[in-house]
Amino acid sequence: MKLKGSQILLKMLEEEKVDIIFGYPGGSVLDIYDQLYKSNIKHILVRHEQGAVHAADGYARATGRVGVCLVTSGPGATNTVTGIATANMDSIPIVVFTGQVPTALIGNDAFQESDITGITRPCTKHNFLVRSVEELASTIKEAFHIARSGRPGPVLVDLPKNVMATETDYDPASIKIRNYDIFHKPAPKKMAQVLEMLTQAKKPLIMTGGGVILGKAAAELTELARLYQIPVTGTLMGLGSFPGTDPLWLGMLGMHGTFYANMAVSHCDLLIAVGVRFDDRVTGTIETFATNAKIVQIDIDPSSINKNVVVDLPIIGETKATFRDMLKFLAEHNYSPSSKERKEWLKQIAEWREKVPLTYCQNGQVIKPQYVIETLHKLTKGNVIVTTEVGQNQMWTAQFFHFDKPNTFITSGGLGTMGYGLPAAIGVKCAFPDKQVVDIAGDGSIQMNIQELATAAQYKINVKIVLLNNGYLGMVRQWQELFYEKRYSHTDMTYAPDFVKLAEAYGIVGLRATKPEEVEPILQKGLSIDKPVLMDFKVSREECVYPMVRPGESISEMELGTREMIN
Amino acid sequence: MEKKEHIISILVYNKPDVLARIAGTLGGKGYNIESLCVNTTTQYEISKIVMATIGNQATISRIESQLQRLVDVIQVDDLTNVESIHREMILVRLNLTDDKKEQIKKAIDTYKWKVIISSDAFVILEITGDKPQIDLALARLEPLGITDITRTGIVALDLKN
Repeated sequence: MKLKGSQILLKMLEEEKVDIIFGYPGGSVLDIYDQLYKSNIKHILVRHEQGAVHAADGYARATGRVGVCLVTSGPGATNTVTGIATANMDSIPIVVFTGQVPTALIGNDAFQESDITGITRPCTKHNFLVRSVEELASTIKEAFHIARSGRPGPVLVDLPKNVMATETDYDPASIKIRNYDIFHKPAPKKMAQVLEMLTQAKKPLIMTGGGVILGKAAAELTELARLYQIPVTGTLMGLGSFPGTDPLWLGMLGMHGTFYANMAVSHCDLLIAVGVRFDDRVTGTIETFATNAKIVQIDIDPSSINKNVVVDLPIIGETKATFRDMLKFLAEHNYSPSSKERKEWLKQIAEWREKVPLTYCQNGQVIKPQYVIETLHKLTKGNVIVTTEVGQNQMWTAQFFHFDKPNTFITSGGLGTMGYGLPAAIGVKCAFPDKQVVDIAGDGSIQMNIQELATAAQYKINVKIVLLNNGYLGMVRQWQELFYEKRYSHTDMTYAPDFVKLAEAYGIVGLRATKPEEVEPILQKGLSIDKPVLMDFKVSREECVYPMVRPGESISEMELGTREMIN
Repeated sequence: MEKKEHIISILVYNKPDVLARIAGTLGGKGYNIESLCVNTTTQYEISKIVMATIGNQATISRIESQLQRLVDVIQVDDLTNVESIHREMILVRLNLTDDKKEQIKKAIDTYKWKVIISSDAFVILEITGDKPQIDLALARLEPLGITDITRTGIVALDLKN
């Protein structure tokens, strides 16, 4: 069958079971858009290419499938870079198709030409420039395979205009791609070592990360922890991989982790770290991190092992398969922890929890941002997919919204990309139209991709935005308060649009709460309206995220905030 | 841990930007490439890259695993801790000036240097050897007046395979 490149692209997307593309047309991708016009694949027209990538990324995080976007050459392609880097840092499988000038013009500084494979080489898992239509089909197949296999990540495919317009034979059955070796099963002797370490441990702790969610291993991890009564803490990316309402759950660790999680890490004698890469926000100073513990690290990517923290037992393997092996091995060898020792350890943690619980003070006439998040959790019973922007809004969400299920907390962890939450929420809602999808936002971040309100309005993508509006770049302001003697250099964002009017201008619903007693009714109303809704909560302006580990300190040394905060 | 030079041999798919990926991976993580040699193997679609870099064992292990993550990389071997032979080559041009002519001819005889081209005005020599041998040759060439020189990166082969 003879087909044009643009037709082959759509055929291959169908082969890959792609049901939705987030994109933005332009000169170099006109042939592709002409084919899309006749196709059954749904296309969401975003308002900025960065939004397209975040939407595809949100879709991927919520579904575990590969997200897809399509943009034009030059500025269309360069606008995707922040989104690609975001996906790369968090190992999210997406495929980004970029238009390119005709092959004959590449390197000539043609109109809307950019060397996008060169630009994105350091922030993609892999990328391709398709030089001829003959290699198009296999390249697309390979791109999807690379994006989702092993440690997932973003793949970019650059499509010159003439390649899209040229015909070639297309036979899906004959497409062959290279085989990639992926580590599947860890050696049995590693399981024996885990058993021995667990047997010797009096104070074991599991640290769960994004790799558990990506590896679809949350159920196995939960089974292991509950069966052997091992408490669990998690990184930002790991939230939802263990039920946030389980008594064994200690909350997040690290810079804004709970006091008891950080104390548990500092005092445990065995740390089983799964699908984590020991980011500096998690470890504090490396020299003082988990100094009393032997560390087992399980990861699919050998380059994550011994990168930041030197571990005692590295296990390279898929998290799900590794947990299954471990459960089987421990059961076969009748592992049974001393209940007395385990009780003492859990009692110690309970004492830390009682001494410094995660809390805040909602008094007076000002709305506390934490109260908004807690109320949202109460009203939805956690049955919602939450995206966040980046900064205080993100940390409060991590602390006060107790995620019970994987793939329900969608946030930019590694790169910390402001403007992520709204387009990501759009992507999530496209995947799960019947689920409540809420973007917990800050007034600074939301303005970085506010244009996507038009996308939500156009396609009736009924996302809800809970805007914690403090008129500041709150997290930066917090650091200025604590470390720069309150010199608030360029963090005051008081000059902002009236968000309710702005929402209305975009054709969506805008609501506002200014008093604590308005929080619940406004949330109830906003969540029940069958339209995109922006809820503007005027919150306490100078609220800080506590507890906090000062940068460069040990995570056992936490700032707890003022007495008023922790009472 | 002790910092020393490591010779890393990398088998890769011979793709247009594979070298850029490898150089970018190292450069982006702050590692320096001291020397480099690249060519196709007996199969045109597979190339071998031999690279020298300096670091302690932990750094080198990190470099290896970073390289192994690249999609176009087939195999990475550190040839430093295994028995392997290393060679470099230099091409040197010496001008046969009146005051040096005799000295140069004598040195060529003494050290059995290979002359590729010789004329009344100049000679071009080809010298191969491991790093100490090349360094020694350079020390001997220095007083003869080197007018131009090219030195390859290290090529290396594992003795066992």
